[in-house]
Amino acid sequence: MARGLRHLAVELFRRRDLLYLVTWRDIKLKYKQSVMGFLWAVLMPLVIVSAGLIVRFGFGKLSGTPLKLDDLILVTVKAAPWAFFVSGIRFASNSLIANANLVTKIYMPREIFPIASVLSQLMDFAVASAVVVVMLAIAGVPLRLELLWIVPLLLLLVLLTTALGVFLSAAALFFRDVKYIVEVILTFAIFFTPVFYEVALFGRWQTLLLLNPVSPLLEGLAAAATGRAMPAPIWLGYSAIFSIGGCLASLAFFKKLEPYFAESV
Amino acid sequence: MDEIALEVDHVYKKFKKGEVYDSLRDLLPALANRFLARRQGAELGTREFWAVRDVSFQVNRGEAFGVIGANGAGKSTILKLLSGIMQPTRGALSIHGRLSALIEVSAGFHPDLTGRENVFLNGAILGMTRREIASRFDEIVAFSDLAEFIDTPVKRYSSGMFARLGFSVAAHVDPDILLVDEVLSVGDFVFQQKCLDHMNRVIRSGTTVVFVSHNLQAVAALCHRVLLMDHGQAAIIGPSDAVIRTYLSQAETRRSQALGSGVFVSHLEVRDAAGPRAQYRSGDRVTVDVDVVSRGRFERLAVVIGLMDAREYNIFNASSESVSGTSFALAPDEAITCTFELQLHLAAGRYRFCTWLFRYDTETLYDHWASAATIFVSNDTDDRGVVNLYPKVRFSARRAVPPAAENAVAPTRPS
Repeated sequence: MARGLRHLAVELFRRRDLLYLVTWRDIKLKYKQSVMGFLWAVLMPLVIVSAGLIVRFGFGKLSGTPLKLDDLILVTVKAAPWAFFVSGIRFASNSLIANANLVTKIYMPREIFPIASVLSQLMDFAVASAVVVVMLAIAGVPLRLELLWIVPLLLLLVLLTTALGVFLSAAALFFRDVKYIVEVILTFAIFFTPVFYEVALFGRWQTLLLLNPVSPLLEGLAAAATGRAMPAPIWLGYSAIFSIGGCLASLAFFKKLEPYFAESV
Repeated sequence: MDEIALEVDHVYKKFKKGEVYDSLRDLLPALANRFLARRQGAELGTREFWAVRDVSFQVNRGEAFGVIGANGAGKSTILKLLSGIMQPTRGALSIHGRLSALIEVSAGFHPDLTGRENVFLNGAILGMTRREIASRFDEIVAFSDLAEFIDTPVKRYSSGMFARLGFSVAAHVDPDILLVDEVLSVGDFVFQQKCLDHMNRVIRSGTTVVFVSHNLQAVAALCHRVLLMDHGQAAIIGPSDAVIRTYLSQAETRRSQALGSGVFVSHLEVRDAAGPRAQYRSGDRVTVDVDVVSRGRFERLAVVIGLMDAREYNIFNASSESVSGTSFALAPDEAITCTFELQLHLAAGRYRFCTWLFRYDTETLYDHWASAATIFVSNDTDDRGVVNLYPKVRFSARRAVPPAAENAVAPTRPS
């Protein structure tokens, strides 16, 4: 497996121009022939953030606790990465099917398609992040040393998205059912992921929520922005192992099945 | 020079008919089977068949190798195995050098992107780096003749323009080994000729080419050796002319009975002094032997041969009676061979012989064979059409003419 992965790394490096151009194609095509064009990349996370703020506002009204600025920051910081995670998986798991005519006709490292899908969503995420940063600056969030946490946490989030995207793209190629299952899970996942709320809300049940590997990453991001306590190292470690190990495992799985792609798509 | 570029060693490829897995009920036992038994495809399961069975061949460096055969004979599967899109069920392939495939050249095109963007994307898909594409961009566009439209989304292109741009990108990849699948049939006549010329240049430059096509004329003109596939197996491998002739004669087998009239043409063969061939040069002298077999008593018979061009237009007819001034008679169980000598003053192309057995005084048609033999004619010059009129050109010395008058916009014509 180690040799297979090295071969994969070499091949991906050799075809980096292809990865770049496919990513660029995906970005370019996304907003082609839409009046708003790239504004959508800003608008979509804004919609999610507003939804989160409304939910949060409702919570506050019901429980009678006043809405604090901190709560708003938490939702804002978590909504954009979550949007990236969801759209990355959605787009990547469909990528091989969408490129079926290339998969069946020309040889190239096929993992380029799911990886490029994730990278193209990263572009949207960068735009959304810029908006979030502006919002946070307006809200007066100070620059802290903890903000540096954001870098490794985002890296892990990208790896986790890639791991799932690569695995699901291969699975969906063989069984279209996967596409629908992914849709259903992504639709309801927001209830099981601390995006609009914090795990602490659930007291001793929070372990259950943290088993979702995205949860510690989102909690960590929120903590870094607000200066709250980081999730326990064991949970961050858990997410890290899940992301890195998952990425290697799903690439190995992908390469193992690749010879059957052309005749099964 | 006899270095091997590509080797196929006892390769098998198995396919499933119909849906792979219809339901979970089919899938689970199949998966269990796969992981438990690990059978490496020696035998066929239900609904499976061999698309390619025990095929072996070698292609030398710098050689142009053709693969021909009827639809479903396994040609394209061979190409997909060579290009690495599919893995063989059994057997081994070894490829020495950078390989690129010219298979459905516009597969990588996205309709919403402009021609320019698609050139870059498709070039990268075919294995070029961005720098390589940029350095050859002008050449690619010039080859496609689409400079005017290069910044238009390709969805506005006609299908011919689409294919032309695709071929132009693929033609500039510069691999060691080039796989070509039925792509020379894109575009109009002029562009096809350009593609053929380009393929010729590629072959002459020493690139190894594997060429899969139904276009036997192109195969005959381009390839040194040819593999004939038949139902997934390698039927013959040999010099292109001999293999193509065998392939053509499979379709035009000897006939034992026709029209039920009792007298018929059993065989028609085209040959020159060296023997039968599939490819002739314009102006060659050939001999056409027509064997006639009779099962009854027939008198005043005449053999007519005709030649059809690739557009099914009958361009020539000759009757044995009008050429020789005599007819012939046959008794039961007798045969005769009627030999025509022809000179092929034809343009390059594919031509088909047909033959009739006729009695002129009673106007009786005894036999008609519409597809008795096919030949290809090649020509050094790029003349087009059906016949060869042996053109020659000369120029006079240049001479001065009075300059055009200042105000005369249109030349005045006598009314």
